[in-house]
Amino acid sequence: MLKMYQPQADFGTPLPKAGGAQVALTIDGVRVDVAEGTSVMRAAVMAGVRIPKLCATDRLDAYGSCRMCLVEIEGRKGTPASCTTPAQPGMVVTTQTDRLQRLRRNVMELYISDHPLDCLTCPTNGDCELQDTAGEVGLREVRYGFEGESHTRAVLDDSNPYFAFDASKCIVCSRCVRACDEIQGTLAITIEGRGFDAKVGTGTSFDFLNSECVSCGACVDVCPTASLTEKSIIKLGTPRSETTTTCAYCGVGCTFKVQTSGSEVVRMVPLKDGKANEGHACVKGRFAFGYATHADRITQPMIRSSIDEPWKSVSWTEATSFAADAIRHAQQQHGIKSVGAITSSRCSNEETYLVQKLVRAAFGNNNVDTCARVCHSPTGYGLKTTLGESAGTQAFTSVAKADVIMVIGANPTDAHPVFASRMKRRLREGAKLIVLDPRRIDLIRTPHIQASCHLQLQPGSNVAMINALAHVVIAEGLEDQAFISNRCEGDAYARWREFILQEVNSPEAAQAHTGVPADQIREAARLYAGAANAAIYYGLGVTEHSQGSTMVMGIANLAMATGNLGREGVGVNPLRGQNNVQGSCDMGSFPHELPGYRHLSDAATRAGRLSWIPTPAIASPICLMRR
Amino acid sequence: MTTTIFIARDSTAIAVGADGIAAQISAQCDQNQHPVQIARPGSRGMYWAEPLVEVEINGVRHGFGPVTSDAVAGLCDLICPLDRAPIDPKVFKQHPLYLGDLSHHAYLAAQQRLLFARAGLIDALDLTQYERLGGLRGLRRALASNSQSIIDQITESGLRGRGGAAFPAGIKLKAAAEAEGVNKYIVCNADEGDSGTFADRLLMEADPFQIIEGMLIAALATGATRGYVYLRSEYPLTASLFGQALVLAREHGLLGPSIYGSSHSFDIELRIGAGAYICGEETSLLESIEGRRPEVRSKPPLPVHHGLFNSPTVINNVLTLASMTSIMAEGAQAYHDLGAGTSRGTQPFQLAGNIRFGGVVEVPFGVSLRTLIEEFGGGTASGRPIKAVQTGGPLGKYLGVRQLDVPMTYEDLASAGGLLGHGGIVVFDDSVDMAQQARFAMAFCAAESCGKCTPCRIGSVRGVEILDRIKTGKNLEKEIKLLDELCVTMTDASLCAMGSMTPNPVLSALTIGPEDFGLPAGSRHPTES
Ligand SMILES: Cc1cc2nc3c(=O)[nH]c(=O)nc-3n(C[C@H](O)[C@H](O)[C@H](O)COP(=O)(O)O)c2cc1C
Ligand code: SF4
Ligand code: SF4
Ligand code: SF4
Ligand code: SF4
Ligand code: FES
Repeated sequence: MLKMYQPQADFGTPLPKAGGAQVALTIDGVRVDVAEGTSVMRAAVMAGVRIPKLCATDRLDAYGSCRMCLVEIEGRKGTPASCTTPAQPGMVVTTQTDRLQRLRRNVMELYISDHPLDCLTCPTNGDCELQDTAGEVGLREVRYGFEGESHTRAVLDDSNPYFAFDASKCIVCSRCVRACDEIQGTLAITIEGRGFDAKVGTGTSFDFLNSECVSCGACVDVCPTASLTEKSIIKLGTPRSETTTTCAYCGVGCTFKVQTSGSEVVRMVPLKDGKANEGHACVKGRFAFGYATHADRITQPMIRSSIDEPWKSVSWTEATSFAADAIRHAQQQHGIKSVGAITSSRCSNEETYLVQKLVRAAFGNNNVDTCARVCHSPTGYGLKTTLGESAGTQAFTSVAKADVIMVIGANPTDAHPVFASRMKRRLREGAKLIVLDPRRIDLIRTPHIQASCHLQLQPGSNVAMINALAHVVIAEGLEDQAFISNRCEGDAYARWREFILQEVNSPEAAQAHTGVPADQIREAARLYAGAANAAIYYGLGVTEHSQGSTMVMGIANLAMATGNLGREGVGVNPLRGQNNVQGSCDMGSFPHELPGYRHLSDAATRAGRLSWIPTPAIASPICLMRR
Repeated sequence: MTTTIFIARDSTAIAVGADGIAAQISAQCDQNQHPVQIARPGSRGMYWAEPLVEVEINGVRHGFGPVTSDAVAGLCDLICPLDRAPIDPKVFKQHPLYLGDLSHHAYLAAQQRLLFARAGLIDALDLTQYERLGGLRGLRRALASNSQSIIDQITESGLRGRGGAAFPAGIKLKAAAEAEGVNKYIVCNADEGDSGTFADRLLMEADPFQIIEGMLIAALATGATRGYVYLRSEYPLTASLFGQALVLAREHGLLGPSIYGSSHSFDIELRIGAGAYICGEETSLLESIEGRRPEVRSKPPLPVHHGLFNSPTVINNVLTLASMTSIMAEGAQAYHDLGAGTSRGTQPFQLAGNIRFGGVVEVPFGVSLRTLIEEFGGGTASGRPIKAVQTGGPLGKYLGVRQLDVPMTYEDLASAGGLLGHGGIVVFDDSVDMAQQARFAMAFCAAESCGKCTPCRIGSVRGVEILDRIKTGKNLEKEIKLLDELCVTMTDASLCAMGSMTPNPVLSALTIGPEDFGLPAGSRHPTES
């Protein structure tokens, strides 16, 4: 839905880790209860009190550099910064006094004494935190004059195709540097120099384009000034309106606000409340929105009766009746099974549901399939068979609690960038990494991250590898007995155990197939099984093999044997190819499965609310692709 | 019999020519065919007498200094006479540079040295000599007791941090001991950036094992297994000597997996500083050890909870850690018996600037600034009257002549508006231009600031500009008002003491020498600063 453009709310500092006690304090006479570890600044916002700030934003750890957020606290000396001061029980905080106003105005005066005075011609005029804050603190004059030392003649770096860096407008708040470090994990930029010489740079002689920067735009997003600005904003001005949507580029499925001016997209801003991305984005979702107005885009219904004819734009009525006639005609001529449809995992649940319903109810057959067939159908089958549900076991946020992360056949940095940033954050915090991949993916060695084990197996030897890992777990008694006896099927487990202990599954045997030395396999198995929380993330390197389903089952078995299921930080996590693989499968896009994974052969389902399903085809679901 | 001649191997002594004097004496002795052994201990800290040449006769060390290269020939006639003629100490008196039996020299005799008790007396790298003069007794006691009783001893002694902030050392140890962490660290702050200070360096060059012993005691108190010494980059000789001391300590089992056969392990790594004053601030020092820019961290968390590599860390000045050795050796009470008020024990004051007898003077807290400057220091080197004294480093206030009777304790100095800090005392005579000093304070802040927070990053540069404009005499009243306003902003809004204390020297310069700013004398009341 189109809404007026409004900057997203900012609590100044992140939500503290859950689990702490409640703390009651008073801010400007308002009592507020907050979780332990909450900053005074965040508590103030919760109490409805706005404290001026420039270096703080709730997506980054508190930093304490701008000194705009000073407050007075009863019983404490001086004027502490509210962003770096944790709320404490009984605290009595005052945010507006003559002294504080004077200090804030004076600090702002210092900022502006080193800032160009061209607000009116500035690209972010009206959408600038520095400008807003200067107004908020009542700055009226700069007594230092403008003849002193300044950065106002700093050169522009517009090498990056999507954003420009104008150092003359930089207030050296480090938000960009911290965003690149903390959120994105690329560590492409830094503050160079000390004192007045301190400035944002790549730490090398390279400009943005030629630096390590991957153009994720996190730095641009958090910049409180026009120093880092999208080129689209520079060209088109600030947005008027916005619509919330989902990025369709990859399997992460980031939530965005598409910000527009009339029908023109001027900026894509990741939504802080987006479950998958929590305010982060990658270069594709944030900057590659040229498709929205690309000439190749189909914006009208078009028809043609044969492939050698040119497309003809028509009205919706004409298009639908043309299609309906053609389908009916084909069925009359070639039989009821002669037509079908393929759904896309980039479509919404509603859309895929309706397509399969169209096929089943109107075409009267089960000839519906989805693009997930080629990417993650082994996940659906393998996880349903082993865990009972055709779905990954965790939300993306779970990775923040993992202690050991095993990545199999996936390259998150490139293929799931926003999730990779989350994973990297956890790895920088000290989680250990095991990679099973023939390739040296980026995660193996990247700033502040180094994989503990890289099992560089031969393509096609996944199953041998996963079984060898399980063999070590069982042979060395590293399994989780309690989990197995409480949560697994005893007979099935006993059979699997006997199988997995066979010599063919030993690391030595696997070495021959996988090319990975047995001791490396042992080391990885011990690391995985020994972790308090171990999580497996896998991608198409698992599922797009002929043994994909077997491998998925092998993964699930390993997770079950070690008790790594059923809580945060663990699990079996497929990294999908599209943003709604899960939904399109859930909605019954496979020929043999009805919405909710109910099998076609289930008479009870057919008799219930889904009575529209075509009875004649039940016995023999046909997959179009096999015809 | 071979005569032993002592000439300090010490950065300051060498800077004023000690190496050359040693070589000259050695050559002259060869020529005189007089067998001598030239020993190079650390300095005694009587820097006014360096290069100081000491001759040992019958266990008495006779001193001559400061010895210039012209004086060597004459001196050698006395101390290593031709053809092994007998040396007669009685004739020494006639030599103009003769200082007498140094152990009775007033400069030293009036001191009460704990930290510097061995300085200049022993070979810095001889562990046996260190032990013979009382070294390692504290460590042995600590090894025989437990964490809690070490912390109790340090707490009861009243020891406070000697690096600047004077935080009680026992409380810091206790917090680190109680903090949870797999690894804990002891960091020795040897960045010694304060102007006119040299006690850390002197001690590290003269008695390095004392610092190692102190760090070991702190490690036993907290359970730390690793230590870092962060040494100012401008001290290459110190780095070499201290580095050798670490090697020797490891060879003797003082450092390593099992300290003197105990179950405690501890080792120390020497790190060379990144060359900025702000590297001495504890949190930017930790950043620097971690390999980053020396940028000040906001607190909380405190280093004792999340310090080096996010682990519990005790960071103390060289002198604080070294003081733990005598506290453990002699007991908390003996230490607490010295000093005054809440300033217990001794403080090595460092006399510098325009002073006749510059050097280290270790006495119990409570001595007056006047005694230090006039009795030990002998007044200004120029002989002109004193105009200002800056105590506690570049962030300390300038005290005027009327304030010289202040007793040197943390609290008395604080109520006089001054700072004790690391014990530096820099004296200026009446030729000093206080406006220039104020500008220097702002310029120093601008040059050394980490640049993280705005009041300091931009404010210090604006401060220099205001002071330059003040010099032109234009709009004086307006500019002074702006300077005052800037100082309030820096004081109240800066993140660390660098920015928040730079106004100390600036405003006190204005109080002491308003005429240097073009204002009428006495126009600034002291309370304004
Ligand atoms: C700008 C600045 C520079 C400092 N430089 C030093 C220094 O060179 N040496 C030192 O021991 N402490 C220095 N300090 C003090 C340290 O931050 C810290 O208080 C001290 O290392 C703690 O040790 P202590 O408790 O033993 O004094 C400095 C502080 C500031 C604000
Ligand atoms: S665009 Fe992304 S990768 Fe590039 S500097 Fe900014 S935060 Fe870092
Ligand atoms: S570029 Fe923007 S975010 Fe980065 S330091 Fe400058 S003002 Fe802050
Ligand atoms: S990570 Fe995927 S979903 Fe998110 S912005 Fe990038 S391409 Fe879009
Ligand atoms: S006061 Fe100066 S040195 Fe201290 S944090 Fe701020 S900028 Fe850095
Ligand atoms: S917002 Fe608190 S110091 Fe910048």
